[in-house]
Amino acid sequence: MTLGVAGAAAVYTLRAADDCLVLSHRLAQWSSWAPTLEDDIALTNIALDLLGQARGLYARTAELDATGRSEDDYAFLRDEREFVNCLLVEQENGDFATTTVRQLLCSTFQLALWQSLTTSTDEQLAAIAAKAVTETTYHRDHATDWTLRLGDGTAESHERMEAALATLWPYTAELFESDAVSQEASILGVGPDPESLHPEWHGYVTRVLGDATLVVPQSTWKPSGGRQGLHTEPFGYMLAEMQHLHRSFPGVTW
Amino acid sequence: MRSKGQIEHDETDVADPRELEFQALIDSDQRIEPRDWMPDGYRKSLIRQIAQHAHSEIVGMQPEGNWITRAPSLRRKAILMAKVQDEAGHGLYLYCAAETLGVDRSELIDLLDQGRQKYSSIFNYPTLTWADVGAIGWLVDGAAITNQIPLCRCSFGPYARAMVRVCKEESFHQRQGFESLYALSHGTTEQHAMAQDAVNRWWWPSVEMLGPPDTESTHSAQSMAWGIKRFSNDELRQRFIDMVAPQAVVLGLTPPDPELRWNEERGHYDFGKPDFEELRRVVGGDGPCNRQRAAHHLKAQEDGAWVRAAAAAYATKHPAASAAA
Amino acid sequence: MSEETPAPLWEVFIRSKRGLAHNHVGSLHAPDAEMALRNARDVYTRRMEGVSIWVVPSAMITASSPDEKDSFFDPAADKPYRHPTFYSIPKEVQQL
Repeated sequence: MTLGVAGAAAVYTLRAADDCLVLSHRLAQWSSWAPTLEDDIALTNIALDLLGQARGLYARTAELDATGRSEDDYAFLRDEREFVNCLLVEQENGDFATTTVRQLLCSTFQLALWQSLTTSTDEQLAAIAAKAVTETTYHRDHATDWTLRLGDGTAESHERMEAALATLWPYTAELFESDAVSQEASILGVGPDPESLHPEWHGYVTRVLGDATLVVPQSTWKPSGGRQGLHTEPFGYMLAEMQHLHRSFPGVTW
Repeated sequence: MRSKGQIEHDETDVADPRELEFQALIDSDQRIEPRDWMPDGYRKSLIRQIAQHAHSEIVGMQPEGNWITRAPSLRRKAILMAKVQDEAGHGLYLYCAAETLGVDRSELIDLLDQGRQKYSSIFNYPTLTWADVGAIGWLVDGAAITNQIPLCRCSFGPYARAMVRVCKEESFHQRQGFESLYALSHGTTEQHAMAQDAVNRWWWPSVEMLGPPDTESTHSAQSMAWGIKRFSNDELRQRFIDMVAPQAVVLGLTPPDPELRWNEERGHYDFGKPDFEELRRVVGGDGPCNRQRAAHHLKAQEDGAWVRAAAAAYATKHPAASAAA
Repeated sequence: MSEETPAPLWEVFIRSKRGLAHNHVGSLHAPDAEMALRNARDVYTRRMEGVSIWVVPSAMITASSPDEKDSFFDPAADKPYRHPTFYSIPKEVQQL
């Protein structure tokens, strides 16, 4: 399946949608595995918010790219190379520290994006963003609270957070990459060029990490490619698991 | 005929005015609250039952959670996530109800992980296809609701209140299961076959879920007198069958019980004898998934230990966070 | 296994809508007040049940003892003159 009439607005929206779906799926994998019942419930709440955001964005993408695809067509019938989420969201859950760091990095980015999208010239995107801002504010607060507790908790939790940061930090560069699609979207007033979100993101994340007695890692490695459908290996397994049932029964109603 | 000794013994028993007052409260359909005096047996019996109920909710997350990452549509995925999440919530409400009796949740979870407290045997069966998620919603949640509605009037206040909340939230669980199964049974031939297969596998375990027959139920009589239990296992089982048998017709699925038929005279459905030997085996630990479920729960507990320790350490270091936020 | 100290228990009170008082809805465990509040939001307001939440450490609650209930509550029983139904009003007065 190809992107159809792939206007910048459509691709731009699809990127945000894929980010939400993939992150939601990863968080949902925590179900029945969280450190406490309270956290199990909290992680699922976040996953459900993200899934709702993804569904809204897929619906809008279908209108923008004029393919008339359903949300399930986007989620279940595209191959790896057609997914345009960033690499950070697809990173495996690892331990609770890895998930916490991923949540801090992602939700801070997403909140900045949603806030900016509330003034999108695309009214539907603006409406989705208005709802998502409140949800994502909570996601960021949740990630912040846990970052503080794990960073400044025990020696073990601190070490695990350092390791998680070292693993995930390199993937943050990709979040702010500017390309033809994002520049076009920005010119059209559809949404911000992610580059412009970096100062706010960086300010918040470094402040929280500092409060959590954690040091921002240095990395020269800046993996990239997600927005062009070039993903990490574990992502293929995630999709295989997510899509196999839907694809085993083509065209049926569930 | 009772011997004189027994009568004297009874008289010393009833001589305790607190016990009289306790039983009078129950007999007048009032609720017992945590700080009220209560017989030791009542307290122990409740802790055992509420804990087992809570464990069932928690372990019950596993078989359905098994399909979250494979749900065939985004709509079904959202529903399933919300449902499994509710089960975590219900487990939590129930642990809280048990805690009002002077135990801590972590003690109860340890007892579960040590295999010293049980959970419902139903969760020791595997979910092999997507249709199992629907069958669990329809049959297992159906049986659970049958059991839980009378518990909303249980004599112990915190348990009854937790059950009111659980029942309110659960009303969507059985519906979503029915709807999902209905979509399958009215879908393609392959989908219908998947639904029928799931019902074939979940029917009897669900019927058995309402407990051993009254003739063999060990705790029933006392639980009834204490207002913990309102109906016997067999009464609840009949109620469950009467509810789901006509629903099966609407679903277009055939329960695997050749003896299931309406009995005009009784005003109830007749049904075959469940295999209680099988129930005993599964409760005893030899179901298909007992070991897997226990290992999963234990691993989650152990994997989370450092997180809980970190949160506690942080709270000690930062008493400000412990003050009113 | 659990040598770990369990996180403290908190009682949760929720105002279901503006104009109503906070009601006790249940309890939960959390290491500190912030997390207790956050957990309460996730656990007890998944279906829009609230507009405001209080959390109180369970250990901080001082409760009347059920054993004292006679001395606490019975004295109120013989003061019917505190209730409006105690008073008889001439029929001609429709509302008072």
